[in-house]
Amino acid sequence: MERIPILKMGDFQLVTIQVDMHDRLALTLQDDLMTQIVKQHSRGVLIDISTLEMVDSFIGRMLGSIASMAHLLGAETVVVGMQPSVAITLVELGLSMKGIRTALDVEKGMAALQAAVSASREDGDERPQV
Amino acid sequence: MPTSNALATILTTKESEIIKRWLELQVESGKKLSSAEQQQTEKSARELMAALKTAAAGNRLGDINSAEWDRARDILGEVSASRARAGYTPSETATFVFSLKQPLFTMLKESLGNDAPALADAVWQTTELLDKLGLFTMETFQKTREEIIGRQQQELLELSTPVVRLWENVLALPLIGTLDSARTQVVMQNLLDAIVQTRSDFAIIDITGVPVVDTLVAQHLLKTVAAARLMGADCLISGIRPQIAQTIIHLGVDLANVTTKATLADAFAVALRRSGLVVTRAENHHGGTAK
Repeated sequence: MERIPILKMGDFQLVTIQVDMHDRLALTLQDDLMTQIVKQHSRGVLIDISTLEMVDSFIGRMLGSIASMAHLLGAETVVVGMQPSVAITLVELGLSMKGIRTALDVEKGMAALQAAVSASREDGDERPQV
Repeated sequence: MPTSNALATILTTKESEIIKRWLELQVESGKKLSSAEQQQTEKSARELMAALKTAAAGNRLGDINSAEWDRARDILGEVSASRARAGYTPSETATFVFSLKQPLFTMLKESLGNDAPALADAVWQTTELLDKLGLFTMETFQKTREEIIGRQQQELLELSTPVVRLWENVLALPLIGTLDSARTQVVMQNLLDAIVQTRSDFAIIDITGVPVVDTLVAQHLLKTVAAARLMGADCLISGIRPQIAQTIIHLGVDLANVTTKATLADAFAVALRRSGLVVTRAENHHGGTAK
């Protein structure tokens, strides 16, 4: 079955979506990602959608729910590289994804993720090192 | 002699007289023309006359869409299009064709003077023909004008949405004029494209030049801000005048989630601060307010 690869980078999980997302694939990704976060004790998730040209309301909502689920598991989520046309579509669909962090590219997304994680560490959310 | 050819005959035999009188009438009725314009008019008049002559000989006076009239239509089209571009009024353009009536009628009267029914027929045919040609001229004139207006609208749309780079990672979009859906679409697209191109973290939308902000405009602004945020850029709104602030609150528009400032300078300061930059006065500066 087709799957979207999830790469581990230190404390973070890196997902690059490079194919057209259909609903099944999205649900599989959601499943896999949550499993990985728990297994690897990840602190952050970075989802790169810079090659994604079309996003429907389902995928939009899925991105939002990934962020909420990851938050429940103690990880921050950043979505990076959204195309202008995709952003306009999501706004027109009424999905402004209030709870999601965004960044222009992977580099800036990584920086934002690190800042967010260190901020939550300062809040006393320290985790024993594995 | 068949009446349809009465016109053809006088067009052939009295050509120079008709053109002379025609041009005189145009000078009398129209605005003052420069010598270049006069020459141009004379040239088109002669060409049209020649084309009329050929077309009238073809015996299909009633149908100016037929092949015989191709040349005449081309000339008229050229004349009215060039006049539309040069800013002539519609009546000045129509006069070009309609002032041909009098000389033609005079000549017809001279050649058919004693034959009243034939004269009436010839005059009727000529009137009908010239009216059709006149309508055709006006149609072309109007079409050219509409093309000009369309092009100007397009140019205005492109002109009115410049995205300016204020600083590394800070963009500004000064909006001027009324915002409608079509313009906002262009504005949004331009801004988002510029954000991607310059990899900017901040975008400031300045609405100092927007005369009216209604719910629709506010909605558009909020959408643009949300879209920029989705892409990972922070969007600020500046240039909110006192009246606009009152309007926004009276309309019940919720701008609480957007950073808004009164002036572009304030918004720029916020952007600099958020990117961790500080502006300080150089120590060896001697100008300004120092005494």
